[in-house]
Amino acid sequence: MSEPSLAIRKFSDLANPTRFLALVAIVWPWLAGLTVCLFAVGLYLSFASVDDYQQGQTVRIMYVHVPAAWLSMMCYTVMALSALGTLVWRHPLADVSAKAAAPLGAGFTLVALITGSLWGKPMWGTWWVWDARLTSVFVLFLMYLGLIALNRAMDDPTRAAKASAILILVGFVNIPIIKFSVEWWNTLHQPASVIRMDGPTIDPAFLWPLLIMAFAFTMLFFTLHVLAMRNEILRRRIAVLRRHAARSAGEAA
Amino acid sequence: MIALLARDLKLSMRAGGGALIGVLFFMTVVAVIPFGVGPDLNLLARIGPAILWIGALLASLLGLDRLFQAEREDGSLDLLLMQETPLVLTVFVKCLAHWLATGLPLVIASPLLGLFMNMDEVAIGATTLTLLVGTPAITFIGAAGAGIAVALPRGGLLVSILVLPLAIPVLIFGVSAVYAAIQDPAPFLPPFLILVALNLFFAVIGPVAAAAALRLSSD
Amino acid sequence: MRLVAEGLSARRGEDLIFRDISFEIAGGEALLVKGANGSGKSTLLRVLAGLLAAEAGTVRLLAATQPVERLGEAAHYLGHRNAMKRELTVEENLTFWKAFFGDFAGGAGVCVDEAVDTVGLGGIAHLPFGYLSAGQQRRMAMAKLLVAWRPVWILDEPTAALDVAAERMFAGLVTAHLSRGGIAIAATHQPLGLEGLRELRMTGFTGAAETVW
Repeated sequence: MSEPSLAIRKFSDLANPTRFLALVAIVWPWLAGLTVCLFAVGLYLSFASVDDYQQGQTVRIMYVHVPAAWLSMMCYTVMALSALGTLVWRHPLADVSAKAAAPLGAGFTLVALITGSLWGKPMWGTWWVWDARLTSVFVLFLMYLGLIALNRAMDDPTRAAKASAILILVGFVNIPIIKFSVEWWNTLHQPASVIRMDGPTIDPAFLWPLLIMAFAFTMLFFTLHVLAMRNEILRRRIAVLRRHAARSAGEAA
Repeated sequence: MIALLARDLKLSMRAGGGALIGVLFFMTVVAVIPFGVGPDLNLLARIGPAILWIGALLASLLGLDRLFQAEREDGSLDLLLMQETPLVLTVFVKCLAHWLATGLPLVIASPLLGLFMNMDEVAIGATTLTLLVGTPAITFIGAAGAGIAVALPRGGLLVSILVLPLAIPVLIFGVSAVYAAIQDPAPFLPPFLILVALNLFFAVIGPVAAAAALRLSSD
Repeated sequence: MRLVAEGLSARRGEDLIFRDISFEIAGGEALLVKGANGSGKSTLLRVLAGLLAAEAGTVRLLAATQPVERLGEAAHYLGHRNAMKRELTVEENLTFWKAFFGDFAGGAGVCVDEAVDTVGLGGIAHLPFGYLSAGQQRRMAMAKLLVAWRPVWILDEPTAALDVAAERMFAGLVTAHLSRGGIAIAATHQPLGLEGLRELRMTGFTGAAETVW
């Protein structure tokens, strides 16, 4: 893989899966290493930071919960951009990117939900509150699962990519509406006593570990995304090889 | 376009059409609720609007998957795609026909079911009015799901799964408007107008998405 | 009027079905697409009708009576399926399509009764389409070609499941269409019973399919 033709000169050169794979082979150990370092620092700071005077130890859940929630939204944005790539530029790697991101997004959203629920039990006295944020994240989770189900239901990857791209974009346009309506619904029903995460200010003692953890989670996402894309490309190559094998067997007979 | 509307309406009336099934499903869903929550008339009066709305939401999704699948199976979809008429318009008209055949009967049946739920006149009127405005929105956004799942042999359940999260805002504002009408301090108009806005918004985005999906799905 | 196809290639899923097909047909001419099963006849017709995006190449209709963006707007497509609703009567089906299609500039479709008579099934137009036999259904689908004027006919295996008499009737329809200056493109195994047709033989693409992966 050392031919000069494989060098990436323009961004559009990434369109070539072979070049992309070559790039991934170089980049992913660095990404993974950076992720590990960030997590080491972030986790250390998270556990070393002082307890919140109100929330006590449970404030540490926030260091996982907030980054996961942030990623659940960023991942959908990545998918929406990929969907544009699929529909507008018909970029085969965009198909792969959207498909690879969906399970990751679902995973991070699930983490956000579970940690939110764990945090809610001591804070609110219950595992689940129909709080505006929790509810909209839950709806987002359902949308991720629907996308995964759609992808699995179609056997032709190109068509599955196009269908899910449209669904992703429809969902993307709708997310603000859903969020807005859930908030409306919530103010209508909500008892006023629920403690909200967003206090007036966050003390810097909490902010730093939070920022580093958010960065670590983002890097984790990119590492996993790039590797998942690589796996998907390899999977498609295997499918092509199998089809070739089937056809050449037919010709030999 | 009027020809298409007339044909789809005729089809839904003929044997095998889905017009009556939706209403029957709606009535059945609403009828089993008291068995679940108990025959307490005060409770039923309180949750009645919500029950009617959820029943109507589920009933509107029923049969939506056949909207384009039936056309695809007999080859009509190919001809609809080829015409000079913008596909978005064709899809819009098909949605309209589908709503007239399945959504409108739900709206008409809702006052009767409201009586079963021990709702008062204002609540019944508000529910009927919000359903009249809200159910088209469900059909339109559902059409997007139907277009996306058109090539799937068993797309029915999937369409519901894909569409329900997107329909949540409609449900929220529909039910909010009804409760605002019943309970004095809350004003009725804001949620109702938002519901109207949602309807108009979905009337654009649904057919556009469905048309794009249908173009891509043809092979 | 001329139909010009240049350098057409098409892909289905990951497989390249054919590549670099070019031809030109003038008004009044017919093109017979021949080839074994799986050689890409149906795919070519769907690309021409605009139902499948071509991988490469263009299809244009030049000097038509009204400008067209896609050939599909100027064409009738008779596919494997009849595009008629079983629940509706034949008359309702045809009336709908006549209204929905509208006439292309430069011609007019015949009325529904006349179309049904022309395919030799006058008198049963009031029956639901589902009651007809397979052969009768196919003939009624052909009547659909007559109710609205389209200069180009794209026909995929039009006479499969038809007896000899019906085949002869259909050959008559195509001849009449050509004599009005129309164009017909048909994929078929059977001889259509038409004389002096141009033929395009599809061999299928046997080389290794290129793939992006």
